[in-house]
Formats: sequence, C-alpha cells, structure tokens
Amino acid sequence: MPVDVGPRAGPHPVPVTLTINGMRHDLTIEPRVTLLDALREYANLPGTKKGCDQGTCGACTVLVNGRRIDSCLTLAIMHTGARITTIEGLADGDRLHPMQAAFLEHDGFQCGYCTPGQILSAVALLAEKRPLDDASIREFMSGNICRCGAYKNIVDAVAAAGKQNV
Amino acid sequence: MNLVGAPIDRVDGRRKITGTARYAAETPLPGLTYAVMVESTIPAGTIAAVDAAAATRASGVIAVLTYENAPKVEQHKVAGMTDRNLPLLQDRIVRYDRQPVAVVVADTFERATDAASLVRIRYDTSVPALSLAHGSGYHPEHSHGDEPSVYERGNVDAAFAGADVKIDRTYTTPVEHHNPMEPHATVATWDGDVLTVYDATQGVFGTRSRLAVAFGIPPANVRVVCPFVGGGFGSKGSAWAHTVLAAMAARAVKRPVKLVLARPQMFGSVGYRPATIQRVTLGAKRDGTLVSTLHEVRSQTSIFDEFVEPSAELTKMLYAVPNVRTINTVVPLNAATPTFMRAPGESSGSFALESAMDELAYAVGLDPLEVRLRNHADSDPSKQLPFSSKSLRECYSVGAERFGWSRRVPRARSMRDGGLLVGMGVASATYPTNRSAASALVRLSSDGTAHVFAGTQDLGTGAYTVFSQVAAEELGIPVSSVRFELGDTNFPMGPVSGGSQTTASVGNAVSVAARSARDRAIGLALGDPQSSLHGHDADAIDVRDGRIFLRDRPDVGDTYAAILGRHPQGEIEERGDARPGDEKTAFSMHAFGAQFAEVRVDPELGTVRVVKMVGAFASGRILNAKTARSQYLGGMVWGLSMALHEITRTDARSGRIMNANLADYLVPVNKDVPSDFEAYIVPEDDPNVNPLGVKGIGEIGIVGAAAAIANAVYHATGTRVRDLPIQPEKLV
Repeated sequence: MPVDVGPRAGPHPVPVTLTINGMRHDLTIEPRVTLLDALREYANLPGTKKGCDQGTCGACTVLVNGRRIDSCLTLAIMHTGARITTIEGLADGDRLHPMQAAFLEHDGFQCGYCTPGQILSAVALLAEKRPLDDASIREFMSGNICRCGAYKNIVDAVAAAGKQNV
Repeated sequence: MNLVGAPIDRVDGRRKITGTARYAAETPLPGLTYAVMVESTIPAGTIAAVDAAAATRASGVIAVLTYENAPKVEQHKVAGMTDRNLPLLQDRIVRYDRQPVAVVVADTFERATDAASLVRIRYDTSVPALSLAHGSGYHPEHSHGDEPSVYERGNVDAAFAGADVKIDRTYTTPVEHHNPMEPHATVATWDGDVLTVYDATQGVFGTRSRLAVAFGIPPANVRVVCPFVGGGFGSKGSAWAHTVLAAMAARAVKRPVKLVLARPQMFGSVGYRPATIQRVTLGAKRDGTLVSTLHEVRSQTSIFDEFVEPSAELTKMLYAVPNVRTINTVVPLNAATPTFMRAPGESSGSFALESAMDELAYAVGLDPLEVRLRNHADSDPSKQLPFSSKSLRECYSVGAERFGWSRRVPRARSMRDGGLLVGMGVASATYPTNRSAASALVRLSSDGTAHVFAGTQDLGTGAYTVFSQVAAEELGIPVSSVRFELGDTNFPMGPVSGGSQTTASVGNAVSVAARSARDRAIGLALGDPQSSLHGHDADAIDVRDGRIFLRDRPDVGDTYAAILGRHPQGEIEERGDARPGDEKTAFSMHAFGAQFAEVRVDPELGTVRVVKMVGAFASGRILNAKTARSQYLGGMVWGLSMALHEITRTDARSGRIMNANLADYLVPVNKDVPSDFEAYIVPEDDPNVNPLGVKGIGEIGIVGAAAAIANAVYHATGTRVRDLPIQPEKLV
C-alpha cells in the first residue's frame, strides 16, 4: 500500500474566457479542463462529441482559428482569444451550412455521433484547398472514424459541397 | 401516396447535423455529479485490500463505492435473452480483467477522474482460465433461442465417409469489440423511490426491468429515456454494470450522477464478439453437390454467465444438404461476458462456412458461384418449410453483373495488376427475419398533424424516418406532418433493437395505430352532420394530403384538421398493437444476399487492399431506399473490418487486454473503404412474412463479407487464411 500523502487538492478553478461561435463565454474552470470538456460540460455546447478522449477518433473535431483540431487533446485555457467554431455555430440561423446540407442529402451519417466532427473536418478540408477527387477526400477525412460505416456517403457529401465552392 | 419506400432524408437528420440531437451523456440536470469507474487490473482473484482514503479526501469527492460499502443490489439476471449477470460491487471476487471494482463520485469530471486514480486495490491473484482451445467446455442447452446446441439431420458420418470430395478445415475468429462512437453513458436521478435514467441503450424496456430487479422496485418506478444512440451494434442491447452502478451512486449521493465509460472501458464490461474455433467438413459429389456438412463451433463465455455465439445456425438452412450436424461448445474463461455483435453467429459462422464452400469450389474445379447455385435450397431443409420468400438467385445474378464477376480468371494467383496480385471472391449472405410484439400510439390533432409514440430506439438505423413514413402513408398526410418520438419507457412498449427486428416489430404496430386513427377520424366525419361526408359509406372514402374525400367525387371531402377541430377534445388517440402470428409455423423467414469482393495484394509485403465490393440483398419491402442502402453499406464496412482489421488482443500470461483503444484496436477509416463500394437492393415482395412485408436489414450486410474478402485473397495469392483478421504476416 502506498503511503498516504494527504488529501489531494486539485488545481483551483480560474476564469477562462472563450470565444465560441462568435459568442463570449466566461467560464470558471480548472486549468486541466480540456477544450472538449469545456464545451460539453461547462459551456452547454454538447454538439461536439467525446468518442475516445485520446485523439484517436476525431469525434471532437472543432475549428480553432479556422484550423481543425481534436478538442480532447488540448486544454481550454490555451485558447483564450482564439476563434472557436463548433457544430452549433455552422448554420446561419435556420439556413444550413452547405456542408451540413450535403451530409443530410447524401445520408453521410447514421447514428450521428461522429457527424459534428466529420462536418467540421470537411469544412476545414475545403478551406485547406485540398484536391477534391475521391482518393484525396478519403485520405484527408481519415482522421474521423465513422463506426456506422457511412464513409462512401461522407465522400459523396464532401465532394458535392466542394463543387459548390463553399 | 407512395411515401413508403421513398428515399427521403432522415427526419432526425437536421438535429444530428446541427449538433442539437441530445445523447444520453448530454442530459442537463441541476446538481449533476460525475462518476468514474475503477476497473480491476487482474483477470482472476480476490480483492485483498482497498485503500480509498486518498480518493475519499481528494477535492470535490462525494463518495467512493467499493464492495466494502456499496449498497446491496441484485446482481443476478432474471430472464430474457438480453439480461446478464452483472458485477455490481457486491463481493470481492474478480472474474475478469477490467471488472468494475470501485466507483468514485465527485462534483466535476476532472476531480472524479483524478480521484479514481488514487483508489488503491491490492489483489490476491489466482490462475485465470484463458485458453479457448484448451479450456474445458460444455454443450449449452440452446445455441440460440429454442435451437438445440447439438443438431443432426441424416447421418453425417456415413455420408462424409462415402463422399467423393472431402473438405475438413478449421477456421478461427478473434474477440472483437463493438466500439460504437458514443461510449456507453448513463445519467441517473432519483426522486424518492422513483428512478429516471437517461441511458445509451438499444432497449429502454430491458434496461428498465434490469434496474427494477437490481433495486427491488416495481418497473413502473423506473423510467428510461434514450432519444438518440450513438451506435450500438449489439453492445447496448443489454443493461450492463455501469448503468446500475450509476443509479446506485446517484442513490448514495442523493444527487443526479453521470457515468460515461472512457474508451478503454469500452473493452471492459459492455460485451464483445467471442472468439470462435470452427471446424467445418463438407462431403460432396464430384459435381459439387453437397452430401454432408459438419459445423462444430467452440466459443468462449465468461465464468459467471453464458453467451453462445450461434455460428452454425446458418449452416442448418443455407444449402440443400441431406446430412447436417452442428455442435456448439462454450468454454468459460476469465473474461467479461460476450454478447451479440452485429449478426452474432451469422457473421462469424459465414466466414467458416463460406470459406469452406470456396475450398470446395477449387476442389471440384467449379466457379464458386456455380457451386453455390448447385446447392441452392429451394425450401428450408432444417425446418422443412417453404421460405416466405427467397431471392438469393437474383442476388447472385445482380451482384455478379454489377461486380463484373465474369472478369475473374478461375485459377488462383493468375491475375495481376502490375506488381500486385488480383483476386475476386464471393460469398452468400443470410439473416433470419425476427419479430416481437410491439405497440405504438398515434395522436391526431386539430392542426392536421400526427404525433406518434413508440418505446423503440433509433441506433442510426433510420427508425425515426421509416416509422414516420409508415404513419404518414397510413394516415394519408405528408411525412412533414408526422412527429415521431421514441426511446422512452413512458411510450408503448417495443422490443430491444437487435436481431434486425425493429422495423418488422414496431413498423407493424405503427401501421395498425395509424390506420385505426385514420378510421376513427373517418368515422367521426361520416357521423358528423356538419361534415360534407355525413352519412356516406366508409368504403367509399380515400385519404390524401390530410383530406378525407369520396373516391368517386374527390370534391366532396373534409380535412383531419376540420374534423378534429369540431371534436370536443380537439384530438384523437389510437393505440396499435402488433405481434407475430402463426407465420413461423408455415414459413421459414430469412433475408438473403450475395457479397462480392476484389482485392489487390502486395506479394512482398502481404498487404491487402479491398478495391471493390458489391453486395446485393433481398430483404422484402424496403421502406426507405436511402437509409436501407446506408445500412447495407455499413454492414459491408463491418465485414471488411472483420476480414482485415479487428482483433482484441489478450496477453496469454496476464489475461489483460492489450489494445484497449482506437489507435491499437483497428477499425476502418475512410481511406480503407474503396470508392468502388456499392450495395444493391434486390426487389422482393413477401406477402407472408408480416403485414408490412419487411425483413430486417441491419445485420445482413456484414454476413459473408469477410468470407468474400478471404476468398478473394486466396484467389489472388493461393494462400488460404483461415484465421481472422487477414494480416500481412499471414501472407508472406
């Protein structure tokens, strides 16, 4: 048995201000809170999904200053002042983002749990100006696992949205 | 109207693409606390000592539950195919690696996680039973349902002894974990003796009864809610330990508790496909017709519960063979209890049987497709019943044509693409059509809309969508006027979403409820002096776009909105109940399909790429061609995964699972699935199977797919891999 080192006092919560989907969120969270948990548990934005918490599945993909990242692998406190975009911020009111509309039309999902990450990843892929042939889309969408196996429809959705020059 | 069958977009799709679909872990409750499970680090032994002092005193910690202080609950199952014996902190015995041994509750997720790491547990270890091949096993009473675990028709030994051609091979499949993208999650809250649980489950009613039994309260005191499931594939078909533990913790701390499994814990206590060792012998005439089939299945279960992987069920009925013996043996191991995983039995069993059929094709020098056609079963040889419908021949021909099977050069290792070996393989697919009793409620309102309720689940299958279509068609209103709600034990009862039975079960109930609501509305109009339909005959009525009218004089009519607007309550409610009839005694009911795969194999590296897959499936009436195709394609991806990727590795000495994460446990990513990947719906009209004429589509897509790929690998390389997954080292 290890020696009792006394009570473990976790790090103290500190004020952290995040800009998510253009809105200011003043949170009081421990510095060890991941960006993913800050969104889901503290900012009431559970659209971003936790699939593995290990950076292996891509379900937690968000855009930080336009770049796609796994929000489970970074701490919220590191992103004060950054522009964070989640699935909740993609549509313009009732008007879907073209990538969202393409996923719906091409049935690019089943259970929907990987979908927010897939869509944000796909939005970033277009912004990255990757070639939009099948092989390239498949390669650059491979950081987002879909266990339902909707890959073919995801590729079709990304290609279709890409053709609209979004 | 032809709403049923139309390839409409998912009605719940908008919520999923905008991030507003709420999964279990996303239920906001005031005063919510966070529970984290601590799991055993040995597969067998007893807990010698627990030191929870540091964890208990860590910041924010509200409770630490271990076997020493956990409230007493019932951990034994009562009945039912999905019910399991659960480890619920009731004793000090460790029966498998990753068994829950403590639950820490704190005010934040971070604090609960941190404190969980401070729980110290010392074990007295004992020697674990880990070997499927060498462990002692037994024949369970049943292999599946009422099927006996030892079955024989004719005389297999005599027929095999006298056969012209004999195949005798052993095939093995590994442990596989479902790994839905949404980890299992439970939010539990008590109000006195009333428990509400938001749970990621494939069966709200099964979870309700398990919780009621565990806590000794009436089922009516338990409400289980699950509007969305982030994938299940069988792993959420049973109530597992974490769900009960979350409720136990909530009761202990007198606050709502959220318990979400970490990804490594998804390899712990939520089931898996057990490893199998399958011996298949085929006796055949020189023309390829089978005279005997033996299928011996050895699969693992846990030392505290029984699950049988029914791999030989399809062997009883897939081909017209006079002499068949199937035997199931289960071997209890120090491992968690296995469970249903997408096409349990049919997926693992079809790998063995359909690989053996391929071996037979080469042995008799016939095209693998031709061997299958020569053994086609026109009726079910095990039940001696006609099939309610069977379109397997059409599946073979549609699949072969779309795939381009005629390109295949018969001899193995005879086709090349530059430096790569090219191979093509085929396999049959089948899955039984299951159905359970189910109910639904339809409420028609004076605004002309229908609100439909059913205690079923949508795992991504399309249940929301197809049931909305069924209700809309029966009522004669647009799909957009239907609001369908599911996943709540406050709704009429539905079965577990497993065995590909949801549409056949709940779909028929929705249909009955909707028709009865329509008929009642028609009755109201005919009896209402204020209606232009007053006094007319119900037989003369038609309904379209929410308007009830005379078939011969469409200008004479009345709308649901107007009829119900004049009704004192402003709305009507009708319940529909549907249950299987006696069709099972008259027919054998199965969906069928054919799988085709093309691979490229690098002869130096042994790497296999699937470059093309075609599946053709006949599953009765298809309610939505878009979502059905997605189901089939998803199943085929699972088959590809089973063939090439998936294996849970357990260390043979420590009994610990070594790859419990999605970096080391491989599932296909986008790049693994070729662009040339298609599922075809073979039209099939089945008036016998159930009123809607539907068979299940959720599981057949995986059946035969691994065998088709393994057969393609053999065709490419001349090397027969009988041990899944097909990894490079097995080909060099």
